[in-house]
Amino acid sequence: MIFIYAATIAIVAGAGIYMILARNLVRIVMGVALLAASANLLIFLSGRLGSVAPPIIPDGADTLAASAANPLPQALVLTAIVIGFALTAFAVALAVRAYRSLGTLDSTAMHDAEALGSPFAAPKLTASKTTPQG
Amino acid sequence: MTEHTYNLLVLVFPVLVPLALAAVTAVLWRSPGLQRPVAILGLGAILGCSVLLVMAVLRYDILAVEFGSWPVPFGISFVADRLAAALVAITGVLALCVGIFSLRDMRKIHLRGGFYPLFFGMIAGVNGAFLTGDVFNLYVWFEVMLITSLGLLVIGRTKAQIDGAIKYALLNLIGTVLFLMAVGLLYGAAGTLAFADLARVLPTLEPTPGLVGAAILFLCAFGIKAGVFPLFFWLPASYHTAPFTISAIFAGLLTKVGVYAAFRVFTLLFTVEESGIREIVAVVAALTMVTGVFGAAVQWNIRRILSFHIISQIGYMLMGLAIATPLALAGAVFYIVHHIIVKANLFLLAGAIRQASGTDDLKKSGGLLKSHPWLAVLFLVPALSLAGLPPLSGFWAKFLVVDASFKGDMAWLAAVALFTGLLTLYSMTKIWMEAFWKAPATERVRVRRVPLAMTAPIVVLGAITLAIGFNAEPFVQFAEMASVTLTDPDVYVAAFFGTETDVGAVTLERSE
Repeated sequence: MIFIYAATIAIVAGAGIYMILARNLVRIVMGVALLAASANLLIFLSGRLGSVAPPIIPDGADTLAASAANPLPQALVLTAIVIGFALTAFAVALAVRAYRSLGTLDSTAMHDAEALGSPFAAPKLTASKTTPQG
Repeated sequence: MTEHTYNLLVLVFPVLVPLALAAVTAVLWRSPGLQRPVAILGLGAILGCSVLLVMAVLRYDILAVEFGSWPVPFGISFVADRLAAALVAITGVLALCVGIFSLRDMRKIHLRGGFYPLFFGMIAGVNGAFLTGDVFNLYVWFEVMLITSLGLLVIGRTKAQIDGAIKYALLNLIGTVLFLMAVGLLYGAAGTLAFADLARVLPTLEPTPGLVGAAILFLCAFGIKAGVFPLFFWLPASYHTAPFTISAIFAGLLTKVGVYAAFRVFTLLFTVEESGIREIVAVVAALTMVTGVFGAAVQWNIRRILSFHIISQIGYMLMGLAIATPLALAGAVFYIVHHIIVKANLFLLAGAIRQASGTDDLKKSGGLLKSHPWLAVLFLVPALSLAGLPPLSGFWAKFLVVDASFKGDMAWLAAVALFTGLLTLYSMTKIWMEAFWKAPATERVRVRRVPLAMTAPIVVLGAITLAIGFNAEPFVQFAEMASVTLTDPDVYVAAFFGTETDVGAVTLERSE
């Protein structure tokens, strides 16, 4: 069981890294989201698999029973999912904004920031003065 | 109010107050006229809180608190030792100075974009990262910092800002994912995430592949955050696109949080000697210094030059971590504090130069020595301090780390550091010659004045640089004391577990 689970994490992370290596901004964002998902799975795995008993302290007892699932990784994963979701949403919004103002999603074609100061940068083309506004 | 409650409050105020102010300024979103005075008063309050924290830490050495009365180590905890308290205090000083600068630098459009709420959110994130007592909350505060800094970065919505923000966002996102993976592996190996508990448990464990993987992932994640070679490319691509106020606070604080986290993790949890990453850190430090300074040498945009210099200066701090003797760590702590002040000051000066000459391209500017002689003097203070000329603060910072690397049998690292210092001086001279000394390309009709709100923070930060430079001894002593909790994790652990109250008083011996 644990090996299947570990292999799944590896496949998800591998797919994420493969997509991060793409040029298209949307694919990169998706890749980061996949990589974040694999990190969440990894945290879950680090709390040990196997137990399905809910982590509830029975009446009269002070501590969890030995067979209970570990609640801490679940809390951590929940937090990480929420944070990861917010950041992915921001990244997607940024990609949309970039497509509107830069007119492309190809990451190699984006050099507005670094074209300012590089002495090696090619002279700017004066063609695109007007930008599509969103 | 009991003493215990007081200590609890002192410890959480540096995070709670900025969070509350973020909420207040967010309510005032549509009235910029009200936001400004509220923000300045609030920044004053934050500075006051951090001073209280420093005073408490000077009294108790280490403060620790567990929220919700959970027994150690199950709850979420805040811990403040001298290092954390000093960094919180510097954050307070810097935030106030930059806030005053923002009064004239930030326009209405930026305030409508939510500058002050985001700014306070970022301060809360930075202070939280300095004060947190467990690894997972460090991740959470990193994310608070990241999301607010992303908001600040795109605040003017220009093309360059969008482009810079994409690079900043994606590389930092990957960094935090790596950090999260490291946290997972660490929890799997040790079964706990509180720093103090980990420092107690980890030395008893055999080095498993999971632990080694966690250490490597931590190194990569903090490397991305701190902007070390070869993971720094997001930094010079994005820092010069934001408004000057924002790039100044970024330059001062954000990379240093990564360095601070690396110091915590690689002294308290994995020591650089035992985990065998000393060589990696040393080589990375040397390459970071050299590539940063070479990158700066070819640039002509002031903030691009300064951005590359952030990278080369991070190398000096990593030097301290690589050598890891008490002296080296004290030097690195001193360096972090010095660099936060000087680098933010230089970015503010870039804003003043822009205000005075109308451009931040060195090829187009010039003639400021004649029209703004005081600005030229003010520029020389942080510029020469960054290059490490006596008697400024940078000299003592460089002296400490270089001295430590000779004593720690890493003379080659010292040689690299001195060479880098020379090249730093070169590019500072370049800015001075081009912006101040040479005749302007086109004669300006009228002199553009630099408003008082812009010069005042520059004067204050310059005065702090001079004060540290001329009176370095107490600061060096403080840095030595601060490095004790880094070199000797037992002090940190004892403060956490040793006493039945939450606040432990541990006596420190002067380390030599």
